[in-house]
Amino acid sequence: MCLGIPGEVIDVDKERPDLAKVAVSGVKRKINIGLLADDPPVPGDWVLIHVGFALSKIDEAQAAAELEFLAGLGESYEGELAALRDSRIE
Amino acid sequence: MRFVDEFRDADKARALSAKITSLCIPGRHYKFMEVCGGHTHTIYKHGLEDYLPENIQLVHGPGCPVCVIPMGRVDDAIHIARQPDVLMTSFGDMMRVPGSGGNFFDSNAEGTNIRMVYSPLDSLKIARQNPDTHVVFMAIGFETTTPSTAMTVLRAAAEGIENFSVFCNHVTIIPAIKAILDSPDLRLDGFIGPGHVSTVIGCRPYEFIARDYEKPVVVSGFEPLDILQSIYQLMLQLADDRCEVENQYSRVVPWQGNPIALNAIGEVMELRPYFEWRGLGFISHSAMRMKEKYSAFDAEQVFSMPGVRVADPKACQCGEVLKGVLKPWECKVFGTACTPETPIGTCMVSPEGACAAYYNFGRFNRTRVKEASAHEHV
Repeated sequence: MCLGIPGEVIDVDKERPDLAKVAVSGVKRKINIGLLADDPPVPGDWVLIHVGFALSKIDEAQAAAELEFLAGLGESYEGELAALRDSRIE
Repeated sequence: MRFVDEFRDADKARALSAKITSLCIPGRHYKFMEVCGGHTHTIYKHGLEDYLPENIQLVHGPGCPVCVIPMGRVDDAIHIARQPDVLMTSFGDMMRVPGSGGNFFDSNAEGTNIRMVYSPLDSLKIARQNPDTHVVFMAIGFETTTPSTAMTVLRAAAEGIENFSVFCNHVTIIPAIKAILDSPDLRLDGFIGPGHVSTVIGCRPYEFIARDYEKPVVVSGFEPLDILQSIYQLMLQLADDRCEVENQYSRVVPWQGNPIALNAIGEVMELRPYFEWRGLGFISHSAMRMKEKYSAFDAEQVFSMPGVRVADPKACQCGEVLKGVLKPWECKVFGTACTPETPIGTCMVSPEGACAAYYNFGRFNRTRVKEASAHEHV
């Protein structure tokens, strides 16, 4: 559960600027970006996500390296993705 | 030498391995603790111990949030879930953690409604959708996870949601490291510092380890090369007779941490006087509870609960594994009575637990590691 997973910001909610839609390994879900309010991510930025919250911004190369690493973990990353798939944050 | 799982940069790993070996003083043994369960997972998954000379030993630390939850807290959660019109939620990893009378799945078979969620915000959403049910989120985790719970409570307060509360079991990593440093059981030469926890707390909280205990700390990323690079930096510090906090994971971890996250925690929660850790016992100021101001969202105030301390099963040696005194395979029930399918202890439950990680990956290396261990104990 301590995994941080990279996601690409697709859209920031205009009415709720603490929410953003991200794509994580093909899964598109809303996450909370309130912890990055000092320097909010914009569409195209990559963030490291933990339990539905963006923890930090990362660059695209770092995101690619993290994704490759996570894919190598197998079951625990698949479990995290499955949990994210069930998530419906508002 | 056989590698469990060759990875893309195995050549770079071998080059780092050679540099690490060149810094070893013959006849000296080095023990480094990787505090975080995520690091333990990588170490076993990629057989990183095979890249290290035999006189460098990696000791697995207490940084698996599921592993350190004592049985009594699981019992308390089940007690809350048994109250009328209560729906309990927690992360998936918690579902199989044994309490004294079974785990959450066993409890559900007897009629409770305990659901797994991805995020505390999912739990809040369930509360919004079910106004006649009180939804409790059993919060666990180190500082990586604590801000998420705090932000969720702030959101619930802003929306005026009255049927949501948090059963707070958030723990803090620094007191656990201090407890290990003060323990006479273990002599360590340095620490591989946790990565994601440090995105929140930054690197400064580790400075006492270098200053007061004269041990180097390198905050590390999670990829195999990150961990080897961090071990190399630890060895370099020892070779130069330096003790500093270094940040190998600066691409993700800011030195100052995340002030918004720290403020959210400080607004909603405060340190408990003490908290019981599985295996480590009671540690002062080592966990968070909800502040009085947010008592309406504090499950410990909303419900009465037994709060009974439950001793671990006699056969289970998770405590020694969490302190790094025992390796997983040295536990009497490892891989026989205790497996990921039927865990007796918490270290076998979470994928970040040392026993589960070793059971899933490391045992392929067991002969070699056992030989090294036997050699060390002579």
